[in-house]
Amino acid sequence: MEIPYTVTARPDTGLWNAKVGIWLFLASEVMLFGGLFSAYVFLRLDADPGAWPHGLLNVPVGTMNTAILIASSVTVVMAWASLKMRRFRAYWWYMLVTILCGVIFLGVKLIYEWPQKFDHFGAFIKKDALEKYEQYLGNHHLAEKGLPPRTEISGHLHNTAALHDENVKEYEIALDPVNAEPTNPLMDRPHFLPLPHTDKIAKVEKEDVEYSSMFLPKHSAYFASYFTITGLHGAHVLGGVIVFTYLWLPVGTKLYKRNPEHLANRVEVAGLFWHFVDLVWIFVFPLFYLL
Amino acid sequence: MNETQQPTIAETVPAGTPPDEAHDEHTAHDVAKHIRTYLMVGATLLTFTAITVFLSYINFGTQKANVAVAMLVATVKAGLVAAIFMHLSSEKRMIYRILIFTFFFVFGLFWLTYLAWYDPITR
Repeated sequence: MEIPYTVTARPDTGLWNAKVGIWLFLASEVMLFGGLFSAYVFLRLDADPGAWPHGLLNVPVGTMNTAILIASSVTVVMAWASLKMRRFRAYWWYMLVTILCGVIFLGVKLIYEWPQKFDHFGAFIKKDALEKYEQYLGNHHLAEKGLPPRTEISGHLHNTAALHDENVKEYEIALDPVNAEPTNPLMDRPHFLPLPHTDKIAKVEKEDVEYSSMFLPKHSAYFASYFTITGLHGAHVLGGVIVFTYLWLPVGTKLYKRNPEHLANRVEVAGLFWHFVDLVWIFVFPLFYLL
Repeated sequence: MNETQQPTIAETVPAGTPPDEAHDEHTAHDVAKHIRTYLMVGATLLTFTAITVFLSYINFGTQKANVAVAMLVATVKAGLVAAIFMHLSSEKRMIYRILIFTFFFVFGLFWLTYLAWYDPITR
């Protein structure tokens, strides 16, 4: 199938068609992500004091992924500039680096960040049982400092049978640092958990638990918005990687030989999409990892 | 390999493919001038990322203040990406006309969110 295409700008708008097309598409993308971000803002503003979790995501890893995405934005604009200057080899290398950056970003997300969450367990304690678990929650300490109380005990679930088996009456949790040392001032507002769970094990009776879940979207409004927004963003990264790979493969070389400006336009349009994906991440990173 | 030498493949390209060079703002010469800017913006964005992480460890009094500071830095970064990488600093009028509508509706969306939270009717 041959897609009709002109590389020249229209006389009335001064733009070539694909450029108008991609900007219209990006305008709709702004609304898509805007809707999700406004939902995030709404959920967060409406959360009870202390209910919005902090420090659940790994800040060094998130920072690294941010840097990778920014670097790929630079390389894709360099790839386009190389095409404009008709340096095909430079284009080929810059595009390869861009693709690899996208793959690394996705790899970190899918191999490390998400599975680590799926493996994590949290139990929200019923109001009248909070005192019973004071040694893990440290609410007296928090109240003295005027901080909102904790209601969740989290960590690695030892007896996973407890999730399904009604005869198992309690959860055995290898505690996260925040519950192992709840009165440590460093845990007042934890920033990230580079350390795994501790060796300290807590037994939490099921009848004291209001609600419990692995760190899945159903765990909380925080994880629901985290997985939705980073998932949709990840899907965009995947889409960008697929398009870049197509333009980088011999198909792209052929197109370059036939009409270099045509390939340059395609790379510019795909690049605009990629910069938008980078732009979204610039907001995702502080909102979910840092604040 | 030496990137400054023209690769062989470029010589096989049919000449005169961009027929409307005079009306194209991105001629090869202009692009070469912009490369330094692209690299500088990339370095600035990385620096600002480090600044955002650093600032999040500082307590600005309230959580709201910390969010405001982080969003301010993020907006500056996003502005750089849009203006330089996406060429919005010198784009044709039609693109701006499309984006004015986008801005209007996104602003409206967040304003509705704010209204719902502030709840001026039942408050």
